[in-house]
Parts: sequence; C-alpha cells; structure tokens
Amino acid sequence: MQVHPRTEQKIAQLVLWLMTSITVLILLFIVFFVLRNGLPAITIRFLTENPVEMGKAGGIFSPIVGTIALTCLAILIAAPFGIGTAIYLTEYTRENWVTRVIRFGSECLAGIPSIIFGLFGFILFVTKLGFGWSLLSGSLTLAFMILPTIIRTSEEAIKAVPYAYREVSFSLGGTRWQTVTRVVLPSALPGIGTGIILSIGRSIGETAAVIFTAGSALRLPTSLFSSTRTMSVHFYILAREGISKTNAYGTAAILMISILAINLLTYAMMNRFIKKYS
Amino acid sequence: MSNVVIRTREFSSFYGRIEALRKINLEIYEHEIFGIIGPAGSGKSTFLRSLNRLNDLVPGWTMSGLLEVEGKDIYRPGSSIAELRRRLGMVFATPVALPRSVFENVAFGPRLAGVSNRSELSQLVEDSLKKTALWEEVKDRLHKSALKLSGGQQQRLCLARILALRPEFILLDEPTSGLDPISTMKIEETLRSLRSEYTIILVTNNTKQAARVADRTAFFLSGQLVEVDRTEKIFSAPADRRTNDYVSGRFG
Repeated sequence: MQVHPRTEQKIAQLVLWLMTSITVLILLFIVFFVLRNGLPAITIRFLTENPVEMGKAGGIFSPIVGTIALTCLAILIAAPFGIGTAIYLTEYTRENWVTRVIRFGSECLAGIPSIIFGLFGFILFVTKLGFGWSLLSGSLTLAFMILPTIIRTSEEAIKAVPYAYREVSFSLGGTRWQTVTRVVLPSALPGIGTGIILSIGRSIGETAAVIFTAGSALRLPTSLFSSTRTMSVHFYILAREGISKTNAYGTAAILMISILAINLLTYAMMNRFIKKYS
Repeated sequence: MSNVVIRTREFSSFYGRIEALRKINLEIYEHEIFGIIGPAGSGKSTFLRSLNRLNDLVPGWTMSGLLEVEGKDIYRPGSSIAELRRRLGMVFATPVALPRSVFENVAFGPRLAGVSNRSELSQLVEDSLKKTALWEEVKDRLHKSALKLSGGQQQRLCLARILALRPEFILLDEPTSGLDPISTMKIEETLRSLRSEYTIILVTNNTKQAARVADRTAFFLSGQLVEVDRTEKIFSAPADRRTNDYVSGRFG
C-alpha cells in the first residue's frame, strides 16, 4: 500500500506529539501526586523537629541533616579524585591502552546497580574496616558510586576547552600545571560544576547503597562514625513498614523539591556557561 | 647588517616519518623583520614553531641538526623551554584572547613568570598596550572581557601579551590571515614600529605582506629553503625560478 508522503508526515508528527505529551503528562502526574499527598504534612515543625515514635510523629530534621552531611562528605571525597583523574586522563597522558582501560572501568562502574555498591560498602567499610553503619561508610560508598559521573563530566568539560588556550599558555612559558590551573580549569569549571550538581542529585536520591552502609538511626549524627538516616531511607522505611503515610509523602515531597531545585540550578549554570563561551 | 641572532645548520624536522623540514641553513640578524613565504605545507610554520620549541608538544615530532639562538643550541639537554618561550614570543594565526579581562590577558605571561606586584603589572600592561597602539582604544575597559574586542584588536592584544614578557624575538604565524585590510594595516604599522627593539620573524601566506614589511624574505617550498635574500631582490629578481613563479602568482 502506498501512503502519500504528506499523509505519512502528518501521521509521524501526530505520533511524536503524542509520545511527548504522554511523557510530560506522566511526569506532571507524579509531581502532582507526591505534592498533593505530601504538602499538607509539611510545616515548619515538620522541618525542624526530629522524628518521634519511629517517624510516626515529629518531623524529619535529623534525616535532613543526615542527607546533607552524607551528600557533602561524598562529594568532598569524590570530587578531588574524579577531577584529578579527569585532568590526568586529558592533560597528562596521551590516548593509549591504559587510559582506555581506566575509562572503560569507570564506565562499567557507572552501570553497576546501586545495591551492589551498598553490598560492597557493607562488606568493605562496615565490617572489614570496622567503620560500622556510619556517615563515613555511607559517604565512601556514595563517593564510589558518583565517581564515574564526575570523571566523565569533568573530562568532557576539560576536553571542551579550546586547544588554542593551552597553546597560548605554553607559548608564554607556562608549565603544564600552570596551564591546567590557570587556563584549563577556570574554563572547564562550569562544566565540572554541572557534573558535581548532578552527582549531588544522585546522592540525595540514593536509598539502597545508603541503607546498607549508613544505617537508619534516627538520632542526629554527632561524628563520622554515627549511623544516620537520609530522607530517602526515611521515606522507604515509613512507607514499607506502614508507619505513617502522611509523613512518608511529606518526606517525598521535600526530597522531590530539593532535587528539582538542584536541577534548576544545573540548568541555570549550563545557560550561563553557554552564554559566557559563545 | 648587524649580528646573527638565530642560526640553523642542517636543521631537519619530522612528524613521525614524514619530513617537514629538510636541512635548513639560515641566519637571521638582530632587529630585522624576517619574512617567510611559501605555499601551504611548505614547512614555514613548522620552522617558526621549532624556534620556540612549540613543536615539542606535537606527538611524534623529532628534529636533527642545529638551531642556535644567540649562539646557544636551544635543543641542548637541560635548556629551559619556559625561558626560551618567554624570549621568543609567538602570535598565532587566529587571535586567541583568553576568556578573562584585557588587563589579565596582558598580565598573563608575567604572572606565569611569577610577577605579582600590582603596580609592576599595571606598568607592564600599559607599556605593552601602548607599543601595540591599543592603549587608547582599551584603556577605559581594561577590566572588561577581552572577548568583546574586535578581531584586529584581539590580535594586537596577543601581540601586547607577548611584549609584556619583554621578549627579544617576536614570532608571527600568519598573524593577519583572518583580519580585514584596515586591521592588517594596523598590525603591519605596529610591526614596523617594533623593529627597532625586537627581531621579528613573520610567516605569511600573503606574499604582498612580506613585500610590504620584511627586510629580508625566505621562500620555503616542500620543506626546503629555496632562497633567502633582501626582500626587494626576492620580489624583483629572484635567483631561483620557483621563487619567481611563486611571487608572481603562478602557483601557491
């Protein structure tokens, strides 16, 4: 059967439009659903009080603190390693089998399910090294998990810096390290920052890897060796154990709003990056 | 003519196994504008980039023979590449202003060399910009982004940037290939005014430019030095037929 090209074009357009609309609708529905169930639970007290009776009452102050502490620690550990690796791969070596193995390895790392990271972190940090369920174990595990993202995005950002900039620095008597720190990194910084923000989003949302390594204590963490509970773990436990539906949704809403805010920030940063360099 | 400041003996260079320069024997004198002309792929840029060892960055690049700057073999083991590059400042074909302010662009080289005194830097920046006739145009926006300058201004900024290192030589690699005639004229005027203080080596694919500004001109072809002589001689009565063919526009 022959279809007229114009009819074909009309059908294609309609199908594509439908697919897009359905995607957007599903997304909006999820956001609406969580916010409608969660917003009523959110009050100032919900944000500033610790959970009481396993989370049935009280707020989510300690999970908020736990989430922030765990995420910041994970980024503090992963960012230097990730950016360092990216600088080494792009500026200090030529493309050869070693760099290919490193890159392949880090890409495989990115594809590993987070629960495997959780198991690994549990065996290595919690039991073998004796850190127990703690901020330290949790953040080290998360750091491993987000490392590939940071390496990848930093590498891309560094590669995007025009070679001519490096040439100028070298021709003015700059060493490789001066070139990296004064020319390459400042130009790549917005891109690297974007990768870090994406990693923050991923850490905040992570549950499986965290529950195995940081535990689920409801107290405020007092040291690196305190067990702590993140918002996503809190939500998981509240919902799974049927402790409090309202508080579970409240936590979910806060979680979603913060991730949304982080994505908006990423978007704004990308825009500034593009504006500055075009 | 005065002292020889650059001398090459049987200087050859290779990219992997491809020979880019074959046995170049050349002398460049102090405070002259030395033009290098030749078609694309003739090795003229490779020669220029050998002078400040920028080719060292190219994987697989090797050389043989001798290249002396002021009597010293620059490829001898242990010689400082950074110091060499400060003495032989280079301007590239496309103006590359770094994404920072006009001031910081000019101060970039001195800062790499460890100058951090604010007033010393200000003085260097002002002097360098005045020498390239850019001062009047940019003195009110020294702290604005250099990327906002026009192409011609950016190229003069690049020239000022190397002058801030107080070099002895200025190497230019087709510096006006992307510029309009007015900007080109301004660059050429600047070069003439700088001749008294610096030795200038100008690679150009515009033979007329060499005729306008160079004291002596060398003609490169397929990695070989065909002829070098006073510019008037090269353009009126060259010794080699290939030179004549090239400067009269028969090929290239």
